[in-house]
Amino acid sequence: MAQTLSSIGTPARLERCGKTFDDGTRALEPVDLEIRSGEILVLLGPSGCGKTTLLRIVAGLERPDAGGRIFFGPEEVTALPIERRNVGMVFQSYALFPNMTVAGNIAYGLRIRRLSRAEQARQVREMLAMMQIEELAARRIDQLSGGQKQRVALARALAVRPRVLLLDEPLTALDAKLREALRQEISALLRRVGITTLYVTHDQSEAMALGDRIAVMSRGRIEQTGTPRQVYFSPANQFIAGFIGTTNRLSGMAADGWLTLPAGRVPMGNGRSGATEVLVRPEGLSACDAAEAHLHGKIRQAFFQGDRTRLIVECAGDAELTVDVPPHTDPKPGDEIHLRVNAGGLVVVPA
Amino acid sequence: MRRGGLFYAQLAFSLCVCSFLIVPVLMSVTAGFTANYLHGVRSGLTLRWIGEVWGLYGDTIFRSMLVALSCLCLTLALGVPAAYALLRWKGRLGRAVEELLVMPVAVPGLATALGLILAYGRFGAFRQSWLFILAGHVVFTLPFMVRAVLAVLASMDLLALEESAASLGAGFWQRLWTIVIPNARSGILAGSMTVVTLSIGEFNLTWMLHTPLTKTLPVGLADSYASMRLEIGSAYTVVFIAMIVPLLVGLQWAAHPLKETTRQGAAASSSPAAAAAVQA
Repeated sequence: MAQTLSSIGTPARLERCGKTFDDGTRALEPVDLEIRSGEILVLLGPSGCGKTTLLRIVAGLERPDAGGRIFFGPEEVTALPIERRNVGMVFQSYALFPNMTVAGNIAYGLRIRRLSRAEQARQVREMLAMMQIEELAARRIDQLSGGQKQRVALARALAVRPRVLLLDEPLTALDAKLREALRQEISALLRRVGITTLYVTHDQSEAMALGDRIAVMSRGRIEQTGTPRQVYFSPANQFIAGFIGTTNRLSGMAADGWLTLPAGRVPMGNGRSGATEVLVRPEGLSACDAAEAHLHGKIRQAFFQGDRTRLIVECAGDAELTVDVPPHTDPKPGDEIHLRVNAGGLVVVPA
Repeated sequence: MRRGGLFYAQLAFSLCVCSFLIVPVLMSVTAGFTANYLHGVRSGLTLRWIGEVWGLYGDTIFRSMLVALSCLCLTLALGVPAAYALLRWKGRLGRAVEELLVMPVAVPGLATALGLILAYGRFGAFRQSWLFILAGHVVFTLPFMVRAVLAVLASMDLLALEESAASLGAGFWQRLWTIVIPNARSGILAGSMTVVTLSIGEFNLTWMLHTPLTKTLPVGLADSYASMRLEIGSAYTVVFIAMIVPLLVGLQWAAHPLKETTRQGAAASSSPAAAAAVQA
């Protein structure tokens, strides 16, 4: 099935694309962005950060401010309206056509392209099989569940063999369990098809699981673009460090490869000195004997979460640390605890 | 299921209200077929009065149909795009236009008619033709069409539907024919039904706008009630009912089976076969 869809993804490139709305609001500062051939690029950010505006500019639903240019491969598409850009779009509300059946929805783009009836039917069957929804072909839209609507929306977008696939928070309307299942399915499908994809979400676990690369956005800017690992382990700035995952901030005095804090001493790999702030993730710390410990504190709260136990630890100097420990240990609030920073657990954020 | 006394009380009340409305209609119909109303049905049944109505007022029947259908065409051509524009154009101006459109409903028909006469009365040929009546009917019925279509369009996320159709390659006109109009169909049908019914039955405006040569059915009815035998007036009523009831039933029927419509019959019907093939 995958071979029949174009397996060569078209790269997309944005140059200095900003967006100011008619009322003067700056939704997007001029940004440069490249979506590489066949990759899934996730735009991640809190609501109102401009990620949907950016997606709509790529789609052709919004025009960038003067000076902004959009390229699909070598072709400049800035002036083309959405209907001539050959993109596939999946909306948060699915936006399936209520006046058509499932098959009619999937065939819509092919009908507009004036394919023969037989060819339309063949390609609709192919998409139905790919999404494993053959039995839904004749259903009306109001007879579908949320997950089924999502599959139909994706099938409809892919049926036209778009150059770029654009997904705007496609899983937000679904419940948690279904969201996770569909996320895996979409990830496998898009990789098999090899289509260039721009995926907008505010859910960082979705971004981590799906993205080849993530562009983290805040207040109309792209703060960092990188692989999920880069964004998680080497955040470019404090905003990203705080936005992605849970972090502990440690501030102290650095000297001779050690960072001295009120709660203890932590080894630092680099030769910084003076007042320094570093970050450590909850899984970057582990409990140990007092002799091997870098930090000492007292457990204030313990939350058993099945796969791990999350502790809130009170340290000297009013510092509070969030620490994940294996689930079989059974620490109690009030207990003393000794902590080590694991190798590579420390994150140094550029000032 | 057991039904309490309240149910039967309500049933009786409903039947009373219905008979209050239906009995006069039945009496009119009977009178229209009775040879001599003063002597009741015993005097015999006849089609004579219907024949007389045909001879005296036949032209009003056709004129009313012509006006109603032309009015429907015009309100469709003006009202559907207007509703679409009002939906997309949600400024203060849009709302003002929406309010202005309701004016002809709020203002008495006689006043609207007077306005039309003052404005266009001096164009003699127009004033004397049935088109003058048509203009009045369009002014009066257009808000009903716009409101009905607007209500249906506003109840769904038309913008997202259009955007997704556009992303699939559909230009404005294709979106209009394949997405906007099909999804507005129930509103368009409801609006059409209202417009035709209102136009055929309209009296206030028409009475002011007509000339002796451009009488419509309701104006003719008033004329016959005032100056003809009761039997002729009743027979005329029978003709009116015979015209309007099938029209209403037909439009209701047209609105109903839409839900079952599948535009992609071919693709849909071939899919179970595909499913079977995959399983094999």
